[in-house]
Amino acid sequence: MIPAFPNAMPVEGFIGGLLIGLAAAIMLLGLGRIAGVSGLAARATGIADAGAPRNVAVAFVLGLPLGAFLMARALGEVQVSFPDTIWPLIIGGLLVGYGTRLGSGCTSGHGVCGLSRLSPRSMVATGMFMTTGFVTVGLLRAGGWL
Amino acid sequence: MNRTLIALASGLLFGAGLAYSGMSDPARVQAFLDLFGRWDPTLAFVMGGAILPMAFAWIIKSRLSSPLAAPAFDLPGTAKLDRPLAIGAIMFGMGWGIAGLCPGPALADLAIAPVAVLPFVAAMFAGMAAHRFIPVSSK
Repeated sequence: MIPAFPNAMPVEGFIGGLLIGLAAAIMLLGLGRIAGVSGLAARATGIADAGAPRNVAVAFVLGLPLGAFLMARALGEVQVSFPDTIWPLIIGGLLVGYGTRLGSGCTSGHGVCGLSRLSPRSMVATGMFMTTGFVTVGLLRAGGWL
Repeated sequence: MNRTLIALASGLLFGAGLAYSGMSDPARVQAFLDLFGRWDPTLAFVMGGAILPMAFAWIIKSRLSSPLAAPAFDLPGTAKLDRPLAIGAIMFGMGWGIAGLCPGPALADLAIAPVAVLPFVAAMFAGMAAHRFIPVSSK
């Protein structure tokens, strides 16, 4: 526990992060691909024509909730808290869907895989979506929405 | 079949890691972005934990001529900095901040809080489809 941030989970976060990095390493070294969730999700649903083989994309995308389900079972409970109204989810979802396709990646592809590769493209993208995220939440807070 | 199982194992580990790390909680992710409010640094530890094994994986990759279970590496370019990358990243950052969700945790939450996350997942796929059918000019 970090005294100044009583809600933070640094140890669980780091260990969970190791699992995520290991998952991405299996994808890279086993199948020669980036474990980018937005790209694989678009490919699995047929929204994208190019990219990973369909069976690879579908298996990875089904594995995400299945892995979360098994971990939640093992832990007994995983706490999640969603916005009170549906609008942040609808507006946020539309922006995330369109933006990750236009920008060719999200937190997993650009963030985890791209930063560890020292990819200039991913460093720029991650810097921009992180900064925009900070500004967006800052504006929501300033406007009294949070 | 072999490749399908490897992809499934990767997805399973990824989803398990998201649930264990607290990143399946939109409030916690949004709190990381809330620098002037109830800031929660957990996401930074998750990124650090994930980048560490991947950095080793890239070093190992540089010594392989092909991946272990596929004919060839198929990786995106790293150099091109263009307008779609920037506009896409900004749109994604806005949506990420508004909802506290990005694609991985959203899909993982289908198993943890399916009813709550469904509007986001539906909107996300609608946004992806919109990009396919109403693309913005790249110039």
